[in-house]
Amino acid sequence: MTLVGELVEAFAFGFMQRALLAGLLIACMCALLGVFVVQRRLSFLGDGLAHAAFGGMGIGAFVIVVSGLSSEGAALLRNPLWIAVPFALLTGLGIAWVRDRTELSSDTAIGVFFAVAVALGVLFFSRIPPDVNIGVNVMDLLFGSILAVRGTELIIITLVAVGSITLLLTLWGRLAYATFDDELARTDGVRSRLLEYLLFGLAAVIIAVSATVVGIILMAAYLVIPAAAARLWARSMIAMTVIAVIIGTTTTALGVAGSYLFDLPTGSAIILTQALVFVIAAFTQRR
Amino acid sequence: MSVAARRPARQAGALPVVHVHHVSVRFGDAQVLDRVSFDLEAGQFLAIVGPNGAGKSTLVKVALGLVTPDSGHAALFGRHAGDVPERIGYVPQLKTFDRTFPATAVELVVTGLRRRWPARVRPPERNRALEALAEVGAAALADRALSRLSGGELQRVYLARALVREPALVLLDEPATGVDYLAEHDLSLLLERYQARTGATVVMVTHDLAAARYHATRALVLNSRVHGFGLPADVMCEACLQEAYGHVGHGHVPHTHARRVHS
Repeated sequence: MTLVGELVEAFAFGFMQRALLAGLLIACMCALLGVFVVQRRLSFLGDGLAHAAFGGMGIGAFVIVVSGLSSEGAALLRNPLWIAVPFALLTGLGIAWVRDRTELSSDTAIGVFFAVAVALGVLFFSRIPPDVNIGVNVMDLLFGSILAVRGTELIIITLVAVGSITLLLTLWGRLAYATFDDELARTDGVRSRLLEYLLFGLAAVIIAVSATVVGIILMAAYLVIPAAAARLWARSMIAMTVIAVIIGTTTTALGVAGSYLFDLPTGSAIILTQALVFVIAAFTQRR
Repeated sequence: MSVAARRPARQAGALPVVHVHHVSVRFGDAQVLDRVSFDLEAGQFLAIVGPNGAGKSTLVKVALGLVTPDSGHAALFGRHAGDVPERIGYVPQLKTFDRTFPATAVELVVTGLRRRWPARVRPPERNRALEALAEVGAAALADRALSRLSGGELQRVYLARALVREPALVLLDEPATGVDYLAEHDLSLLLERYQARTGATVVMVTHDLAAARYHATRALVLNSRVHGFGLPADVMCEACLQEAYGHVGHGHVPHTHARRVHS
């Protein structure tokens, strides 16, 4: 069978379609967010909030088991995401608050929340009896399981993607201005402090939803590599944004396809494809 | 026609362009501004001078609404600065922006028109930006990356950004930091030309006492509190400056003759 034939056959499977769709939506919102994360020197934020999602998933899974929802209740309520997302949101806003109200740097603030969230995650996962099925595999959470995306997860990802992409595109001009020079933007009526809280809150939700699919450990790469590669080629902020989205979505499609063809872990295949593009960009960057 | 003659005469009861009333600001233990008050009429060129840490930049930021004073208040055109952004052209200190930000000079100038970062520069906006860049002698820089510009070139681009919306008030916060004497002199001449054309009011924070004397029609000598406000020849006397600075420059007051007609 030809390569094309194999791919056609692969994408006839429902799980492959869900994986591709989820991956493309995540790539798109992460790239749009990533350009601001990279330009604001917040690359560590992806790691921090992904680990906050891990803490939230631990708390969520524990609550579900203790409350008895693991055996009954709606599918959505059995998914610890409904606790992980608000937990990550609080963490994101907490980091923004520390940045805003103290003289600590971003990486210090992120580092503190990162450690606390992981500690909470480990603590709560450890309290769940091993024989209870919580619908969450800790290894999948760490390394991603994009091929195992279920219908409810895809619905959540789609809703978050539509909302966050709309918001990011609507606020793009203000966010870019405040990223360039916060003070100058404020003199022109841009409410940059509010925008910063919004950006951190949005990042928390996007990362929490995405991390459960692409994996907590690989999440930061999804956020940073497409934007970083785009920066090497772009001469304007809008070009950087468009190129980042193209790199993110193209490498996701190639990674999903490649992982099927060559029997590779999907998350790794996507990130390594992104890394390849980054290396090419580094050698062919516009000076 | 002289610059002074083209200035709109202040009508009785007209609001001052800049109104600062009993403004005090404290950062931690430091009293940065102490009951600072002054009114500036339309058409004036005010130089704010004072030693490092005198609160000059803080005063500008209070006027712009970027810093909230502990007591007192400031108004531009009788309103909060945030209510009249289109009437204000601000040139910040050049060190505040992100040098790695991918942008061209013309995009930065267009922010002066749109008050947002432009995703796409429309032809009419580009034309106006090019005119503004030409006015400050920087038309050739239009499509250059900001990261590749020298301090003097950046200063011109920022000035074009401030002037492109034809503001009635231009505020400059040490725009000459990091640029040479000639660039600072050029900047002041450009501002005079703009003032002559539009009758705008200019407020410039500067360390250059000679330039302040030469170009300004009003001077504010500041060191936390106001040590003098009025005609440069009056308030920038040796005694006033020694009181504010504790010493004066390299031991002398610059005796540059005031060139402009002081009303």
